[in-house]
Amino acid sequence: MKGKLRSTTDKLLPPVVLLLLLLGLWYFACASGSVPKFMLPSPADVWNAFVSDWQLMLRHARVTLAETFIGLFFGIIIGFFTAVVMDRFRIVRKLLYPLIIISQTIPTVAIAPLLVLWLGYQMLPKIVLVICIVFFPISISLLEGFGSVDADTVNLMRSMGAGRLQIFRYVKMPSALGHFFSSLKISVSYAVVGAVLSEWLGGTEGLGCYMTRVRKAFSYDKMFAVIILISVISLLLIWLTGFLQKKCMPWEKVNQARRKENV
Amino acid sequence: MRNALDIQDVTFSYDGQNNVLQNINLTLHEGELVCLLGVSGGGKTTLFHIIAGLLKPQQGRVLLGGEDITGQSGKISYMLQKDMLLPFRTVEDNVALPLLLKGVKKKEARRQVGKYFSTFGLDGTQKFYPAELSGGMRQRAALLRTYMFGGSVALLDEPFSALDTLTKSDLHRWYLEVMDSIKLSTIFITHDIDEAILLSDRIYLLSGKPGTLSDEIIIREPKPRDRDFNLTEAFLRYKKQIIAKIR
Repeated sequence: MKGKLRSTTDKLLPPVVLLLLLLGLWYFACASGSVPKFMLPSPADVWNAFVSDWQLMLRHARVTLAETFIGLFFGIIIGFFTAVVMDRFRIVRKLLYPLIIISQTIPTVAIAPLLVLWLGYQMLPKIVLVICIVFFPISISLLEGFGSVDADTVNLMRSMGAGRLQIFRYVKMPSALGHFFSSLKISVSYAVVGAVLSEWLGGTEGLGCYMTRVRKAFSYDKMFAVIILISVISLLLIWLTGFLQKKCMPWEKVNQARRKENV
Repeated sequence: MRNALDIQDVTFSYDGQNNVLQNINLTLHEGELVCLLGVSGGGKTTLFHIIAGLLKPQQGRVLLGGEDITGQSGKISYMLQKDMLLPFRTVEDNVALPLLLKGVKKKEARRQVGKYFSTFGLDGTQKFYPAELSGGMRQRAALLRTYMFGGSVALLDEPFSALDTLTKSDLHRWYLEVMDSIKLSTIFITHDIDEAILLSDRIYLLSGKPGTLSDEIIIREPKPRDRDFNLTEAFLRYKKQIIAKIR
């Protein structure tokens, strides 16, 4: 128990100290008047803005989170099936893989207005953008995960009479879990940013819309408050992904300990 | 004694031109332990892949208890060079894999494998992950998994090669006792002449390019053999005979 507490403290203490230091610097820069208030509100102003508007922010956050989760869900499903098909059929992999890579060179900012133009101002274009963002890391990492399986392991399974589905279930899928969760951690934060970005371009609800409104009203304290809220949401989702990973991959703890011993 | 396995006139090539194996004929009797001894790259593992049905020979047949199983996998237990325990499954779930693949329910499969943990020296490791086991324990778990496949014939590809000398020696002794009690017909590959003489009823020498079975040596000493067997004159006689034939 003590060891665990020490390990957590060792991990958390340095970034928390740095964060407090930066907050202190920010506060003194504002309090000393060296930075004009309209350019950089003080941490206290940002906190007050959050307290005064938190109900409204939470209402908008609910919409953003709904878009994020729906987009994540479908992005993961589509990414998963694409990876499975590419892994199973070499010809599909040859056809799709370069196109998927090329698709990622198109900036999200460029697609978002098109999606709004094609799909309207409701939730749909936002969800589609999140799907586009999530689909890539999930499909590519899963494909790599499936491919990481040792040929001898497949031979062993075949020698025991395993069919393709059984090899997938017992070997390929669990082997790809680490890859999947690594990409999911990236995907969740990108998904939130993607949802906010698409809300900037149109619609009436969501943190992106709220952000656009407070920016137009020059309420930079509220702008900062919502930026921090978005960061907190992303961090919570990344933490939740890590928590899920630990629950779904209990063997990783043992393997990590063994790796440390061997170093 | 009935034949558990017959390899008849097997010839194999990966590219259809250069043969890796040429006219291999081999017989394994029921309850027998036969060793395949030869240099690295001589085609021993390829022959095992053919027997296990992972590769199909251009010529020849593999008969299991008289039934032609050429090119059919899932008929013979096969332990590959590495233990190949899946890192993400507990030891009992690794060992139960052959049963799960046959459609046995997880609970029942665990119950069935649980009976053998003591015999295979794995007591108390059921819920461990493979990373928590020593090299010797991992090999025992892999051997138990091979045994749980339930076939009458097992192929073991260098089952003890990754172990240190002491662990290997312990495992040899344990293996001789266990094999004597479970009566599994086995072919195993090794580079270690001492190991071959200690464990086998017969030794086949695989040599040349393409690989052919050049000689068969029968070890007539009673089994299970004592740990000091490799200090006896009989042992040295067999060893000299094998070295002379390999040269």
